[in-house]
Amino acid sequence: MTFLIALTLFVLAIFLGVELISKVPPTLHTPLMSGSNAISGITLIGALVAAGADHSLLTTILGFGAVVLATINVVGGFLVTHRMLGMFGSNRKRQS
Amino acid sequence: MTSLIQLGYLASAILFILGLKALARPRTAVRGNLLGSAGMLLAVVVTLADQNILTYTYLAVGLALGAIIGTILAVRVQMTGMPQLVALFNGFGGLASLLVGAASYLELIDRPEAIGNDTAAAAGFTLLIGAVTFTGSLVAFGKLQEIFNGDSFQDQGIRVFAVVSLVLAVGLAVAVVLSPSPLWMWALIAIALLAGIALVAPIGGADTPVVIALLNSFSGLAAATTGFVLGNSVLIIAGSMVGASGLILTQIMCKAMNRTLFNVMFSSAAVAGGGGDSDDIYTGKVTSSSADEVALILDTAQSVAIIPGYGMAVAQAQHAVRDLTRALEERGADVVFAIHPVAGRMPGHMNVLLAEAEVPYEQLKEMEHVNPQFDQTDVSIIIGANDVVNPSARQDPTSPIAGMPILDADKSRTVVVIKRSLSHGFAGIPNPLFAADNTLMLFGDGKAAVEDINRALAEI
Repeated sequence: MTFLIALTLFVLAIFLGVELISKVPPTLHTPLMSGSNAISGITLIGALVAAGADHSLLTTILGFGAVVLATINVVGGFLVTHRMLGMFGSNRKRQS
Repeated sequence: MTSLIQLGYLASAILFILGLKALARPRTAVRGNLLGSAGMLLAVVVTLADQNILTYTYLAVGLALGAIIGTILAVRVQMTGMPQLVALFNGFGGLASLLVGAASYLELIDRPEAIGNDTAAAAGFTLLIGAVTFTGSLVAFGKLQEIFNGDSFQDQGIRVFAVVSLVLAVGLAVAVVLSPSPLWMWALIAIALLAGIALVAPIGGADTPVVIALLNSFSGLAAATTGFVLGNSVLIIAGSMVGASGLILTQIMCKAMNRTLFNVMFSSAAVAGGGGDSDDIYTGKVTSSSADEVALILDTAQSVAIIPGYGMAVAQAQHAVRDLTRALEERGADVVFAIHPVAGRMPGHMNVLLAEAEVPYEQLKEMEHVNPQFDQTDVSIIIGANDVVNPSARQDPTSPIAGMPILDADKSRTVVVIKRSLSHGFAGIPNPLFAADNTLMLFGDGKAAVEDINRALAEI
């Protein structure tokens, strides 16, 4: 991928992100934050590549650490968001 | 094979887009989170199928270890502890990006023919943002967990140090590009780690929601720059969308405090020394009350506003508060919850806590809707909130929180403040509302005090 294509993706995705999130109600601020936080754990992909490339001992160690940390970020983030949203959900059902 | 992998990443990016969109709307939020996790799973599976990966043992161990730790943290956290957990996860994400950036850079400089200036620059940025996100988040975590007090670092020197180290780090990032060597890389990492500490350490406690939102944005940006290094589209797309959403939340929080981001980051609140001396404000003017007296007042109240703050969460009083709400409604009173946008310690924190206590969503009112109604409110009950109802923000231009939009609880006929003591809020200043003529202080633990009121009400 050339730098210009990468830059294009980057800028377009920022605009997209702004469009998607701009009218979020306060109730969802916390779940949105923990959910998007989990998505930022996508760096896990890079961690897998770095740890699996078998380049040198140092890069494998760095990659391994990144895999563990990013997985905590991803798994923990999605789970805790699900738990939180479950509270909103059960609340709404009880009223209706 | 390669194009199949690219198509897999494209599908995963689409799942992230649909997931974020759904996550921002109440009806579809649960589905949004599931779509996001499906996108992540797909991206991981696609990556593992990639032929470039030679050793799977470490990967399996790392994934399993991370999944176990993440699950334990997510299942065990109390809703009061959400801000700390998000800060911690943020920090982990930042450090992961930093490590990936370092590993990729070390690999690149062993193959001089492969390293272009743009890739090296992206690696430099990844190291810089990842390191600042990591230590910044850890400092925010330490403040939220009250391991140390944020206001003890209100020294102008540390802000100067933060700026200097940031400039130095940018300089090193340039060096990393122009003369590639591991030495520059480690120097950059070390300085950027220090810059993260120095940037977040002096930020006052009341501004924590802004910092959490900003660091959330940074962790997304770090992932996006990692995507530049690896030439990976899904990292760029997912990372920059998270960066954008974090920036929007940061902006909402800044607006709620009538401050600019620059002001939050670089201006020292406590140095002004505004807000007055607590002894002058409180001595002889504070009216202490009892649960019975409060119950008598509430018995005849037609309209009641409850203003929860972080103290309510700490005391685990949200269930007792819900019972109080129901008792008042049975007496025909109109009860609303007035929620300040920065109540609690992260954006939307109060809503989560009240949802946990099964308070109906319709009863939660935003600041703009509830403020015009306070002069027709009989009783405002403030539970564990302080700075967000401090009238100094309106009246005292020298106050550190001057200009911050507050809930105008002081305009209601009677104000009942449930609080353990006259201690300061997160902004570290006294609150003249506690000494006002129409204010009754009910000292005690939030939960016990509300339960006492409930009991007294039942006996009337």
